[in-house]
Amino acid sequence: MSLLAVEALCQEYRVPAGVFARRPLVAVDRVSLGLREGETLGVVGESGSGKSTLARCILQLERPSGGTVTFDGRELTTLGGRELRGVRRLLQMVFQDPAASLNPRLRVGYTVAEPLRLHRLREGGAAVGARVEELLRAVGLGPEHVDRYPHQLSGGQQQRVAIARALACEPRLVALDEPTSALDVSVQAALLALLRDLQARLGLAYLFISHDLAVVSAMAGRLMVMYLGQVVEEGAATELLARPRHPYTQALVSAVPRDTPWAEPARLVVAGEPGSSLARAAGCRFAPRCPWAVGRCRAEPQPLRPVGAGHAAACWRAAAGELPPWPGTAGRTERR
Amino acid sequence: MSGPLLEIRGLRVEFATPRGVARVLVGVDLDVDRGEVVGLVGESGCGKSVTALAVLRLLRAPGRVSGGRVRFQGRDLLALPEPGMRGVRGRGIAMIFQAPRDCLNPVLTIGRQLGLLLARHDRVAGGAATARARELCEMVELPDPERVLRAYPHELSGGMCQRAMIALALACRPALLIADEATTALDVTVQLQILLLLRGLRDTLGLAQLIITHNLGVVAEACQRVAVMYAGEIVETAAVGELFAAPRHPYTRRLLAARPRIGAAPDGEPIPGSVPDPLARPPGCAFHPRCHRAQPRCGEQHPEPAVLGPGRTVRCYYPEP
Repeated sequence: MSLLAVEALCQEYRVPAGVFARRPLVAVDRVSLGLREGETLGVVGESGSGKSTLARCILQLERPSGGTVTFDGRELTTLGGRELRGVRRLLQMVFQDPAASLNPRLRVGYTVAEPLRLHRLREGGAAVGARVEELLRAVGLGPEHVDRYPHQLSGGQQQRVAIARALACEPRLVALDEPTSALDVSVQAALLALLRDLQARLGLAYLFISHDLAVVSAMAGRLMVMYLGQVVEEGAATELLARPRHPYTQALVSAVPRDTPWAEPARLVVAGEPGSSLARAAGCRFAPRCPWAVGRCRAEPQPLRPVGAGHAAACWRAAAGELPPWPGTAGRTERR
Repeated sequence: MSGPLLEIRGLRVEFATPRGVARVLVGVDLDVDRGEVVGLVGESGCGKSVTALAVLRLLRAPGRVSGGRVRFQGRDLLALPEPGMRGVRGRGIAMIFQAPRDCLNPVLTIGRQLGLLLARHDRVAGGAATARARELCEMVELPDPERVLRAYPHELSGGMCQRAMIALALACRPALLIADEATTALDVTVQLQILLLLRGLRDTLGLAQLIITHNLGVVAEACQRVAVMYAGEIVETAAVGELFAAPRHPYTRRLLAARPRIGAAPDGEPIPGSVPDPLARPPGCAFHPRCHRAQPRCGEQHPEPAVLGPGRTVRCYYPEP
């Protein structure tokens, strides 16, 4: 059974449209997903795709406007008060900007100890202190960091503290929202290695959110691609990256800067920009930018359709085999 | 006029801080030829942006150039009087930045901003200026130029703002464009559009470019030659293909190995330690405390760039084979 099962999750905001008028912005539109113990699901999308809102709604940091979130057999969207607090301990989040997500006036030791005290996971100063040091060691920091303030740490060290704080709750699922986007390449590599190591040791499930396909592919076994609030494609990471079927995924894979100067990547370059979730189109939201869009794409909503084993795309033309074949990374020609 | 378009030699920049003098650039050597696209790559704090600002003499106190020289089209920029320097900025060297919307004037339309620029530098106004503005919009592939020229920056998307920035930069027909992390803030599909646009400008206008980035993928995509920067100096220069095929500086090799790649297992053995504090630079090679190839000599002597071939230098006593 899945640890986490999300069904038709929706989040709608009312945003100002004029002085008194409000109009709906559908940030997350009927998203369903499942996540097993110890598994990583990568969520990829550009700004405004709703990937962060999705994570916040799953963790009940904001209440979704529709759909269900079942965690370990319990439905979270109707849970409140003490019960919700108990479950929330098991679902933790690490944010993009560690400098902003750590309290600048609290020492590292206090920040990591706070969840231990709140959830009564350790009693007594000595037990809390020992656990804090253990957690810091687990993320590659030493006892000398206990008395530091966040500004005395590098970005990579700050993010390690944020991870230690999340782990203090002994969670079963951690939502990682662009955890390495603010870090330099060399620091990023070390942090990704740490996250993989922690997952192997603790059996954590990760919801790994990123705009960077290369980073996600290093972390996740399965991928979900979002565009303006909707899932446009999902499948095994290797399959989805080698043979993307939705034109948007193809454009996204194309847009990853080439590995080497001599690589000649197969490319679908699309014009325009994502636009906004405000303008609700009847049909596919990618249709205005899609080079293969026809009348039916603009007229009908596009649910996910199977395009391979465990692989689905929200494109009827892809499912019908009407799109040109994608050469994929295997088709890259190398010239020296 | 001989020699490269832009020639930087031994450029040094210091920042006076309450804790002492921070040596941010400790002798930067860099050339950009006519029509050439050079990447300047390094991690945050290595001095990439400071190099660009020093070249344009836009450094603000407490930063100051403390040594070296910068020649552009044969002129010594560091010795040029300020009025002459104003002629170089925009007309000789134009620069675009990471946050295009912050660099545009929020209370003027794009058309007005282009018009002011053309009136000031090219002394054209009226119909001629309008025609030139439209031509610039087409050059940067802005869709619907009429609408864009009437629009304020907040009415345009991030990608369109960056195109408008590039149009402003091209208005005075510069010989060199410096792009400082110009695609970093953009979504990847839009980043690719801008990179393809910059490549097109090189091909059609012969526009030389200095592309400052932390992203080696952007270098692979856009540049012909590349200089790798670490702690205020250039540690390796090479043709872009050579650098990716056979990095010679240990830092370059580690940096290339550390980047995540699609379909490749991450083999990024992380670089231990962190970038040195510019107030307390280690003796010898600045990278030696983190280097897997370091020998005793590396901690004692500061290596000079060794020439390995045409356009290929490495600042290391024990380069990678």
